[in-house]
Amino acid sequence: MLIKMIPEIGHFALIIALLLAAVQAVVPLAGAATRRPLWMAYGRPMAMGQFLFVLIAYACLTASYMLDDFSVANVANNSNSLLPWYYKFSAVWGNHEGSVLLWSLMLAGWACAVAVFSRDLPRDMVARVLGILGMVCMGFLLFILVTSNPFERLLLNIPQDGADLNPLLQDFGLVVHPPMLYMGYVGFSVVFAFAIAALLGGRLDAAWTRWARPWTNLAWAFLTVGIALGSWWAYYELGWGGWWFWDPVENASLLPWLSGTALIHSLAVTEKRGSFKSWTVLLAITTFSLSLMGTFLVRSGVLTSVHAFANDPARGFFILVLLAITVALSLLIFALRAPRVSQNVGFSWLSRDALLLINNILLVIMTVTVLLGTIYPLILDSLGLGKISVGPPYFNSLFVPLTVIMCVFMGLGPSSRWKRMSASALARKLWMSGVAALAIGILAPLVYGGSWNLWVSLGIVSALWIVLPMLRDMFDKTRNASSFFGGLRKLSLAYWGMVLGHLGVAVTIIGVTVVSNYTIERNVRMTPGETVEVAGYQFTMTKLGSRRGPNFLADTSTLQVQRGENGRSFTMNPEKRLYIATGMPMTQVALRPGLFRDLYVAMGEDLGDGSWAMRVQYKPFVRWLWLGALLMASGGIMAIADKRYRRLAGRRETQPGQIQTPSREATA
Amino acid sequence: MTPKRKQKLFIVLGLVSLAAIAIGLTLYALRANINLFFSPVQIAAGSAPMERQIRAGGMVKEGSVSRNKESLEVEFKVTDYVDDLEVYYSGILPDLFREGQGVVVVGELQSDGRLRADQVLARHDENYMPPEVAQALEEAGYSPADYQAKAAEVGKRLKAQGNAETSQY
Repeated sequence: MLIKMIPEIGHFALIIALLLAAVQAVVPLAGAATRRPLWMAYGRPMAMGQFLFVLIAYACLTASYMLDDFSVANVANNSNSLLPWYYKFSAVWGNHEGSVLLWSLMLAGWACAVAVFSRDLPRDMVARVLGILGMVCMGFLLFILVTSNPFERLLLNIPQDGADLNPLLQDFGLVVHPPMLYMGYVGFSVVFAFAIAALLGGRLDAAWTRWARPWTNLAWAFLTVGIALGSWWAYYELGWGGWWFWDPVENASLLPWLSGTALIHSLAVTEKRGSFKSWTVLLAITTFSLSLMGTFLVRSGVLTSVHAFANDPARGFFILVLLAITVALSLLIFALRAPRVSQNVGFSWLSRDALLLINNILLVIMTVTVLLGTIYPLILDSLGLGKISVGPPYFNSLFVPLTVIMCVFMGLGPSSRWKRMSASALARKLWMSGVAALAIGILAPLVYGGSWNLWVSLGIVSALWIVLPMLRDMFDKTRNASSFFGGLRKLSLAYWGMVLGHLGVAVTIIGVTVVSNYTIERNVRMTPGETVEVAGYQFTMTKLGSRRGPNFLADTSTLQVQRGENGRSFTMNPEKRLYIATGMPMTQVALRPGLFRDLYVAMGEDLGDGSWAMRVQYKPFVRWLWLGALLMASGGIMAIADKRYRRLAGRRETQPGQIQTPSREATA
Repeated sequence: MTPKRKQKLFIVLGLVSLAAIAIGLTLYALRANINLFFSPVQIAAGSAPMERQIRAGGMVKEGSVSRNKESLEVEFKVTDYVDDLEVYYSGILPDLFREGQGVVVVGELQSDGRLRADQVLARHDENYMPPEVAQALEEAGYSPADYQAKAAEVGKRLKAQGNAETSQY
């Protein structure tokens, strides 16, 4: 009996969560405004309770999937009894309703985490932060209950079996990509709530940035990993070896990442120097708004892609309204209150402050150009001025030069000092790195590719210009220590986080540069027995066959691959699958991964007469793309572990209520 | 000028020059890289530019796909059930490419009226008619009744055929 009622229990839990969110949105904020401790104290239990009930709802939906309850419309449309259990589990977020529920679960989870880990925060700050998070939660829960109820039943004609999950989504990449990405998207809601709370409370000091920074770094790290996973998934799942398409949906995830990166750096200045305060707040608002806009673009069905599940205009309209309210209200609060928190702190135009300002400006310009390229076609379309599309050349011709300019300043940044420094000292410190980067960068394409290539040189010079000055700086910092490694250990975790993050950017730049310029791709017609040579590897097709999987039929092929005449040989087995329930075909790529090169073979199409069109690719350094992203993310996480965030906790307990002045430490 | 004002001046000058560079690059990049969308009926009417990259879309006409036996060259017709557009392409067609299904091709119109495609994008559309194409037809004065019945009929036939194919396994 109870099992049959699982969807209703889930639905009911969602309604309770909405009510709790409403209380969380109103009472603590009112308490903070009228200074009533009891009202303020409502925030924590409400946030925890709300998380509990959304979790119950989510568990109910998962249970419906696991139990193949096809009377639930959502399950019937997106699952199938033949689907392996782990895809049933991930199919929950492989559709519109379920993914919005996952989004809400994470939002409630972040709010609950704030409630648990905010023991040292002043009471009114906690109340405001939780109140604002409560408002956002309320918006999304309302969205689910009004427009996208995942528990809707198909009671009259219960289907025998489900329509199956989109085959593109039946993959490990999909199991992990959306949760990571969502953790990032949603995580920015915390720093957004902190920013608005600071505006409302009129209090934005170094202590505030120390609370806000770990949350921002964490969200940013999740988003970085999420984007990298998406790119990796597209690379092996779509079957033609691309890893970034400047697809609007990808851009939607890149936009908050870019402004989030700017926010991380601006927060550093606010913490160390007490300046850029209103700018930091504005970036926090922008980043979260861009996350919401990404959700709108992806979920409203204005774009066609794998990600666009819904084509219901009511949903798009709802998110658009939610976005408009968020942006308008937060900008209004910003306009009214920002003068109260801002503070003028002077700095010389050659200083870390100024370099970080340039970094921020460049990142904002990047954000704007990507935003423009993404929404320009949508705007023209909605005004009836024609259907256009903006292709990758637009983004490349803007993004590449901007990244190179950014790299120039990234090389200077870590070696510079706060407030002011002399140009000659900086030059003395960096000229060797500069010369080395130029020399290696110019020679590298000659050595690697045999002929000179401007783009490769530019990419490698940029990457080295990030890495070498940083090594020099580490060397300088450890020079006075008793031993080199002893000195390295003394460096703060925040510093290591910065080093890893920047190293990750350099690694990604090398990956992008090499794979874009030295990929060898051949589309060939192959019959068994035929051999194709790509980049010194002999690909011989030995067999064509077919097999039956749990929920698909596949044409298979076997290729014997050997490097040169005497190299070790191995086999690769690409497949072309036909998923039975949907009738959708899918390319299963065969990959031979390596740190310095990937071999990539995909079956294109059956040409009749026993031959197949095959796609054979040699992709050097492609793994570096994602490796770099992982380095960036681990840098972000490492910075959170820095002891000053813990030290602060101790200090708060002994001196409650003290307002801290911005610290003026010279080092990162 | 006080140092503070000097600093502000530098910041403002820096901002203005960066913004100018950014706007310049953006405008240049946008002008060079916008692909307009045309449907076969618009191309037949001559409103699409020659030898400039455009996007064209419609349905792959039934029975129009022909492969070269030796190479990966392929020819097919894209139709909006009013006019046809001949397309040729060299390479591997996407998984979802099917006769009677929606397709968008990116390429340049040649002087012989055919389109040389650099990229073929298939789209799986339950309605068998991409919205852009439907809108283009409407603007050209065709009422939905003119083509929708035809499209639905083709769709139904292909669906039956598809089911037969799947059950053969």
